[in-house]
Amino acid sequence: MNERLFGIHGAALTLRSERMGVIASNIANAATPGYKARDIDFNAALGARLAQARGDATADPQAGMVWRTPTMPSLDGNTVELSREQVAFAENAVAYSATLSFVTGKVSTITRALKGE
Amino acid sequence: MPERAPMTLFSMTTRAMSAQMVRMNAATSNLANAGSVSSTEEGAYRPIRAVFAVELDRASGLAGVTSSGLVRAETAAIKRYDPAHPLADADGNVFEAPVDETAEMVEIMESARQYQNLVQALQTAKQLMLETLRSQ
Repeated sequence: MNERLFGIHGAALTLRSERMGVIASNIANAATPGYKARDIDFNAALGARLAQARGDATADPQAGMVWRTPTMPSLDGNTVELSREQVAFAENAVAYSATLSFVTGKVSTITRALKGE
Repeated sequence: MPERAPMTLFSMTTRAMSAQMVRMNAATSNLANAGSVSSTEEGAYRPIRAVFAVELDRASGLAGVTSSGLVRAETAAIKRYDPAHPLADADGNVFEAPVDETAEMVEIMESARQYQNLVQALQTAKQLMLETLRSQ
């Protein structure tokens, strides 16, 4: 997405959507033996995305991918804790909505400027 | 491996829900067979369990789940002396299915919780997607 038009919000929205997928994967694998829950460190990942968009070839597209540390280890090696995943999912959904409203606001501002209303 | 469409949030959740369904069906079969007897030790019902495995889609980074099969528990059948039973063997023993009802109930409850969680997550994701589509 064009960074000059949307600022950080374009990259942030893609990243929020990706994080939603990662957390949904954790929820889906809540009963898989040996599954290690993952998450995206939003700050680090967004920094890497913006650096990449600015043409920094050294930026790692996988930056910000972290393993979740369980509060208590389980016998089957699964590190998903449903309550934590639920909270993370809800937080991410709210942040997605917020970013989306920034993007929509920007679009409507520009549309109005173009129409000359 | 056959060519498959890339995994989306929807297909991932569908597969995870089917896997939970297999698990719940296995536990229900065990409960249904609790207390069933057989005249031989080999013939007695053994509880079954669904085994889950991760299914990673590299293109989208999503990790789905599949039920990679059902395993039969290696628990020994419960031998009970009951000569009056029509299925009793020559020594007057019958072999009862080694089903732990409490464990099966807990398995069903856990599975139901995880299923609910999946549906909730899918609903939220769908709502966000619709909002994104509608906004202009």
